[in-house]
Amino acid sequence: MPENRGYLYFPGCSLRATGAAYDESLTETFRLLGIPIEELEDWNCCGATSYMAVDENSAFLLSARNLSIAAQQGGRDLMAACSACYLGLRKAQDYVEHYPEVRAKVEAGLKAAELKPFTGVKVRHTLEILYNDVGVAQIKSKAVRKWQGGKLACYYGCQAVRPYDEVDNPHNPMRMDELMRAVGAQTVDYPLKTKCCGGTLTGTIHDVGVRLNYILLKEAVRKGAEAIVTICPLCQFNLDAYQCEITGDQGEKFDVPILYFTQVLGWALGGDPGKLGLKRCIAGQSKIKNWFSAKQEVASHA
Amino acid sequence: MRESNGAVRVGVYVCHCGSNIGAIVDCKAVAEYAAGLLHVAVARDYKYMCSDPGQELIQKDIEEHKLNRIVVASCSPHLHENTFRVATAKAGLNPYYLTMVNIREHDSWVHTDRAAATEKAKDLVRGAVRRVVLQRPLEKGRVPIDPKVLVVGGGIAGIHAALTLANAGKKVYLVEREPTIGGHMAMFDKTFPTLDCAACILTPKMSTVKNHPNITLWTYSEVESVSGYVGNYDVKVRRRTRYINEDLCSGCQECIAACVFKEPKFPDEFNQRLGKRKPIYLPFPQAVPQTPVIDPETCIEFKTGKCKKTCLEACADRHAIDFKLTDTVEEIRVGTIIVCTGFQAYDARRSPQFGYGIYPNVYTSLEIERLVNAAGPTAGEVVLRDGKTVPRSIGIIHCVGSRDENANRWCSRVCCMYSLKLAHLLKEHTDAEIFNFYIDMRTPGKSFEEFYQRLLNEGVHFIRGKVAEVTDWAADPSEEGKLVLRVEDTLLGVVRRIPVDMVVLSVGLEPHADAQDVRRMFNMTCSNEGFFLERHPKLAPVNTFTDGVFLAGCCQGPKDIPDTVAQAGAAAAEAMALIDAGYVEQEPNVAYVIEEDCSGCKTCIPMCPYSAITFREQDKKAEVNAVLCKGCGTCVAACPSGSIQQRLFEDDELFEELEGVLIHA
Repeated sequence: MPENRGYLYFPGCSLRATGAAYDESLTETFRLLGIPIEELEDWNCCGATSYMAVDENSAFLLSARNLSIAAQQGGRDLMAACSACYLGLRKAQDYVEHYPEVRAKVEAGLKAAELKPFTGVKVRHTLEILYNDVGVAQIKSKAVRKWQGGKLACYYGCQAVRPYDEVDNPHNPMRMDELMRAVGAQTVDYPLKTKCCGGTLTGTIHDVGVRLNYILLKEAVRKGAEAIVTICPLCQFNLDAYQCEITGDQGEKFDVPILYFTQVLGWALGGDPGKLGLKRCIAGQSKIKNWFSAKQEVASHA
Repeated sequence: MRESNGAVRVGVYVCHCGSNIGAIVDCKAVAEYAAGLLHVAVARDYKYMCSDPGQELIQKDIEEHKLNRIVVASCSPHLHENTFRVATAKAGLNPYYLTMVNIREHDSWVHTDRAAATEKAKDLVRGAVRRVVLQRPLEKGRVPIDPKVLVVGGGIAGIHAALTLANAGKKVYLVEREPTIGGHMAMFDKTFPTLDCAACILTPKMSTVKNHPNITLWTYSEVESVSGYVGNYDVKVRRRTRYINEDLCSGCQECIAACVFKEPKFPDEFNQRLGKRKPIYLPFPQAVPQTPVIDPETCIEFKTGKCKKTCLEACADRHAIDFKLTDTVEEIRVGTIIVCTGFQAYDARRSPQFGYGIYPNVYTSLEIERLVNAAGPTAGEVVLRDGKTVPRSIGIIHCVGSRDENANRWCSRVCCMYSLKLAHLLKEHTDAEIFNFYIDMRTPGKSFEEFYQRLLNEGVHFIRGKVAEVTDWAADPSEEGKLVLRVEDTLLGVVRRIPVDMVVLSVGLEPHADAQDVRRMFNMTCSNEGFFLERHPKLAPVNTFTDGVFLAGCCQGPKDIPDTVAQAGAAAAEAMALIDAGYVEQEPNVAYVIEEDCSGCKTCIPMCPYSAITFREQDKKAEVNAVLCKGCGTCVAACPSGSIQQRLFEDDELFEELEGVLIHA
């Protein structure tokens, strides 16, 4: 395999705020894998869902500015960890490539900002990079700890797999499951793995948003999962932050850890639990403490 | 222009084609113009040159005016070149002294300006007159046809084609890849819309094949290579060994009973892996031939060499079983080939939203065929994969892998009808509540719509909508333990969740995974979908672009049993037409190599779409096989030294015609 030259990293707003744990654990995971990531210079908002819904052209322009800087900064794929960032950037790139009227507007906007048009920048999601460029086999061979915590439900959310199918199969994504299994975790069949987490509904029509999270949690537990693993900061936040509000139809309460897949991977690769943002998780802290404790350390699976 | 020796006398005939040409081109003026051209002895215009009086006009002129070259300006040579060649030959002239000018498709049909169109016709005629002067007399070749036929594939198409030919007294080799003939039809329980028992109508034909004196049946065999050309194909067939000598085996099956595995243990391919078989097995009770096969992957003797070999003891004095047998290769010569290699069912795992391979009680339609079959793994009892629960509700999803941008785009043609059939059979077996989920109901065959009506009357539910997903996620307690189909009911305009015990996926038909290899072996072409391409979709539906190679059945495209049988009969008739003629005539307009100019660069060889050019090692020259050459001219254009020419399209003929067209008088 040729030397991996690393990636340009687009954290987006979430990973510098509510999703800081994702940022920290991702950085630690790539450090442990020895793959350099360099933050995109002077990045701005990706123009994700809310912007896109109000003014498509502005949303494209916001993403286009990031892509233009990426083209200048040069030569590497642009990695987004947040599914909304990934989709926003990917969609802008797709539309500029395939729709001349969008391209004309975007190029005019870039010109006004004294930026060059971008070509050849590839937008990729962290999950797909870890699966395709690093691979299950390498993760397995580099893991120094074996997951002995609870069974996991891998939850992919909607934006990473739709409408583009580059991150994983849109109907039955399995790549996160495979990565989790590579470090010894058991994953459950989770039929709701691409269903809605409520998105921004938890902020706008709160009851509806929280109800959707209840459905996700209930099914994960029913399938025997003790934690849910996510690849998107909004999914993680919704499931984690409102869990304490939920009382189920049968009066059930939940205390399910909602993890980022990079927290599990970073820990398995030998990362310092203190650098994985674990304390930022809200629900299931006692389980998290137990599962990620240093005592769980097992010498390489030799 | 070359000086004529005075002997060349050209007749020019300008056709009005009713008003097709006459309305735009002034035919009379064209004829008058042609009459003034060098070498032209006579020029006429006529309403319909292709009519009998039109042809007689040419013949009369040949005699009276001593014509020895003919130019007909009319429609495309595709339509009437043969007509005028025959007319010319009848008058005693070599038919290749004729040339046609297309002033219809190339002129009157594509122009509106009468004056300009008339001038164009004159230009084209002038070119043709100058060309025809140089044309050489040519003779058609004849290729004898070997009367033996190879039929590839022993499904219902191959069986029917082989029997039709054999009953007409032709010798047939029938080659089948699987250990038994019968194909997919042998797996079906009943056939739509009549509900005939598939085995009852198929197995008699299968045994007739086995016992027919004119059919040589090779099962568990594959065609390995094909060379030659129409009438003379040399074919190698690899006969995989079954480790049981077919000639010595009596079909008593004592060996199967005696196998050290007392109970069947391995997935049974014929039963879609729902049942089990032993390492020594017969695919199904009526298999033809009745010779078992030993699977070396599961047989202990092959895996360890330490089996007690109880099968050998059971076979006793017959000595039919021999673990040391190896594959053999048969070499045969046939004149014609019928390819009936069938289809493969769409792999439902490729559409994970339907849950096949994820939820045990999601089945493919072929699995259900075996499940409802009395000879199937459950002896016809419809139970879920736990082996005991009878489903109380069943959802049948149409168009799985068909009419789907993410899978195959085409309609598989048979799924609507077989879904109706399975709905009927499942209802009969279980009295379950049955839901059909369809995009469009397509029932355009004989008695098909009536069958649909019958199912509606039987109380089967039909929901118009493409199922979004099959899930085991229960939205409320009534869905617990069920498979839930989520679908937009496009007639009601609502999204519905329908919980069922069993889901049946009506998988589509697609080309075999190795269809491209087969295509190359028989020098055929494929359509975009990968099905083998017929020569003409309407007028040559069983011919291929290779003479003497015919198609029948689902390898050409999805179709039902009646259509398959009709096509197999047609393919057999086409083969017989060649055999009974005894020979095929070859058009003489083939390419040939001017050997002294050929540098042996081999540029032409890969260019030939018909593999007609070979390289002669002894003198390093290219050689065109005139029988294989179709006269496309690709090699002529490709040859860097200009050392390939084509008869009827010689350089001097073409340049003379070009010059004639371009020197606008």
